[in-house]
Amino acid sequence: MSTPTTAKWGLRTLAFGYLGLLLLAPVGMIFYKTFEHGLGPPIEAMTSPDAVHAIWLTLLMVAVAVPLNTVFGVGCALLLVRHKWKGNAVLDGIINLPFAISPIVVGLSLFLLYGTTGWFGPTLSEWGIQVLFSTPGMILASVFVSLPFVVRETVPVLQEIGAEQEQAASTLGANAWQAFWRVTLPAIRWGVAYGVVLTTARVLGEFGAVTIVSGSISGETETLPLFVAKAFEQFNEEAAYAGAIVLALLALTTLLLMSVGGRKAKAQGGPIPITGDAAIPTSNQKEGS
Amino acid sequence: MEGHPAALTTSSAAPPAGIRLPGLGVDLGRGLVVLYLSLMVMLPLAAVVAESTSGGLGAFWDSVTGSQSMAALKLTVICSLIVVAINAVFGTIIAWVLVRDDFPGKGAVNALIDLPFALPTIVAGLTLLTLYGSDSPFGLDIAFTRVAIVVALCFITLPFVVRAVQPLLMEMDQQMEEAATSLGAGGFTVFRRIIFPNLLPGILAGVLLAFARALGEYGSLILISGNIPFDTEVSSVFIRSQIESGNVAGASAVSVVLLAISLALLIAVSLFARWGARK
Amino acid sequence: MGIAVEGARKRFGDFQALDDVSIDVPDGSLTALLGPSGSGKSTLLRAIAGLEELDSGQVAINGQDATETPAQKREVGFVFQHYAAFKHMTVFGNVAFGLKIRKWDKPQIEARVHELLQLVQLDGLAERYPDQLSGGQRQRMALARALAVEPQVLLLDEPFGALDAKVRKDLRTWLRRLHDEMHVTTIFVTHDQEEAMDVAEQLVVMNAGRVEQSGSADDLYDHPANEFVMSFVGEVNRLGEHFVRPHDMTVSLDRDEGAEEAMVQRIVALGFEIRVEFVLGDGTEVWAQLTRAELQKLELREGQIVYLRPGQVKSFSGDVPPPEGGGASTPRSPDGGEGAEVSAAA
Repeated sequence: MSTPTTAKWGLRTLAFGYLGLLLLAPVGMIFYKTFEHGLGPPIEAMTSPDAVHAIWLTLLMVAVAVPLNTVFGVGCALLLVRHKWKGNAVLDGIINLPFAISPIVVGLSLFLLYGTTGWFGPTLSEWGIQVLFSTPGMILASVFVSLPFVVRETVPVLQEIGAEQEQAASTLGANAWQAFWRVTLPAIRWGVAYGVVLTTARVLGEFGAVTIVSGSISGETETLPLFVAKAFEQFNEEAAYAGAIVLALLALTTLLLMSVGGRKAKAQGGPIPITGDAAIPTSNQKEGS
Repeated sequence: MEGHPAALTTSSAAPPAGIRLPGLGVDLGRGLVVLYLSLMVMLPLAAVVAESTSGGLGAFWDSVTGSQSMAALKLTVICSLIVVAINAVFGTIIAWVLVRDDFPGKGAVNALIDLPFALPTIVAGLTLLTLYGSDSPFGLDIAFTRVAIVVALCFITLPFVVRAVQPLLMEMDQQMEEAATSLGAGGFTVFRRIIFPNLLPGILAGVLLAFARALGEYGSLILISGNIPFDTEVSSVFIRSQIESGNVAGASAVSVVLLAISLALLIAVSLFARWGARK
Repeated sequence: MGIAVEGARKRFGDFQALDDVSIDVPDGSLTALLGPSGSGKSTLLRAIAGLEELDSGQVAINGQDATETPAQKREVGFVFQHYAAFKHMTVFGNVAFGLKIRKWDKPQIEARVHELLQLVQLDGLAERYPDQLSGGQRQRMALARALAVEPQVLLLDEPFGALDAKVRKDLRTWLRRLHDEMHVTTIFVTHDQEEAMDVAEQLVVMNAGRVEQSGSADDLYDHPANEFVMSFVGEVNRLGEHFVRPHDMTVSLDRDEGAEEAMVQRIVALGFEIRVEFVLGDGTEVWAQLTRAELQKLELREGQIVYLRPGQVKSFSGDVPPPEGGGASTPRSPDGGEGAEVSAAA
């Protein structure tokens, strides 16, 4: 049914108006504000030692958390889809937990475990390992909040392709690893890739948990989002906007990858639904930072 | 995957002998997965729950029902409700335009919907502040008000309903609408009686997920809301302030309350999806 | 040699898929596992391949006990109903897969793959992807893939089930010819009795997890062990305790002794056969298969009363009085088994 013309334009106005005011205008404004006085100030702000460290640290988070959650995610998806087990539903539910938890609570939980009066804190510091206010804690936080994505996106694709190709490979003489590497993985690669993109975006943007866990010590435990927040609070608007631009550009790249990868994942296997299909919410949700 | 009826009807349901996890036995693999989850998720959560009741249930209750805590909770819940209501309406409209309408740049607009998922929340807050705060070119200034909270949460939760409704709209058999029209139903009636009921599961699921998301939001709010206790302080900010002032038990108590609500919502969504899949 | 299964049992939850199944497949033969859905034939096939683990029982391939051997090591070629094509590989890649696993070197692989593609008449399509092929082509590719590694045994699970009728018939003939050339011990699963009779040397009829009978198509058709086999392999009419093949029904206009009175309900021409449906005095519906010549001679019309006399009759349950009149009847063994054959004057 094609909507009658007045209705069509009415809906369009509402939709574009809302999107424009809520999404486009603010992002456009940031670009404007950053480069208001030319390219110089932002570049200068971003090349300061603290900024450079913040960028580096953020990328480090990604480099550690994403592979961890990817390996876990694919393995877990294989377990859930190919191997019946009574506990699978529970496993499934636990994997979804990070979607339900405020990042502040995540930070709190890590604080309670690894702080000086925490469950593991004292023992670990005896061994010379410092988790809080240091990189390990931040990595733990990043892993926690971005845990579900690869599993969520791999499961429907695995379900869709079915086990027959793997069985065929087995009858042709392939062992489990060969079957996985040559048959399963290529078949699910776009689902996995999409999950990786979502995971990366989430780790890049993580804020609330890392705030608590890191203490936001400039030049040491400050990721780029923390840098932006602190810069703004210290009235260093230029640095704040510059950092925000870097993050925004990364976000737009992510969007592009999501758009491309999502379509391919859809074509290859499961769609990326929020309802239906898998019994649990899937898809591109990201809990806040 | 357990619990999903459709998935278990294929021959791949029963694991054939010999197909194991690459390099590991199934049991070892399962053990590792459980270990990973325990370490990364379960233990931290257990710590919060334990801490929340460390002073006894009385202390738990006091922390949660303290006036500042209650103010924050009330604010959080009410704002979240308003926001999901707004996004239920606009999300559906946007999904409709994206699926049923055609215009140049549709692909770009579709991709743009995911921006709130991709953009760090601190940046989201900053951008909204820039546009609608004291420096606003529009002359608006909503910074440090409750309106700011609503606006920020609208941004953050925009994609949920859109993405939940889109696939339903795409799958919908337009012949249903054609049949209704041929039987004499006008546009609005068709929407009310045919289209809307079919979209309702998606709208509801999107709403539940959006609500769970909004409850815990932090990054986008701290710059724009002002975090004024009893006024514009949401629960996540309150919890943070409690941590900083050393009241970890109190912070944990309120956290547990938030957790419980979000969990209930997630379970509702998953039960919902199962019900939807069975239809 | 060949394949021997002994006492196979397999249960899925409450469902007993295989209930003490034993079969013998001679080396180099082409055997069909025939039966309705749920009869256990696919489960048996997959158990032979090692894709299902038996609860109890043994599988021996070429004289060696393979019960504990994983599928990967059994050297069985398996062809799935829905092809199980490796979608992300070309036709060449699919067929070469088993060879790559066995680490053949490149020129050897090339030669073998092209040899097989020629055999299955897919040469020239080596660089295509499975989704660019038709169903029949995909299945031939799957066969080439399975044959590439020179398996001891070839197993096909309803290989033509997903294809159109015409393609099915063509591939049937083609499979038969392939087997004549290659002489690999082959077992295929089907629910289509015509297909089984057309292709296989030996048929194993299964029902509800058990083997009802095995033998050649003629054996099963002419000497069915029980009612199930008789009605599954070939068409059958039931007259009380007796079972009659439609083409064994004699239709006469004269009231002969021992003939049943029947009224013609419907005459249907199916190609060169005519199917005439009757209803008996007691309401039973039967049908007879006549040639056009017979039909013309009798000049049958709907509503006409005729007299039916069964030619060969079978019964399977205990003592049954022989049909009235008719020729000599020979007493049967009490437990049924093969029914009495009553010859009657046509």
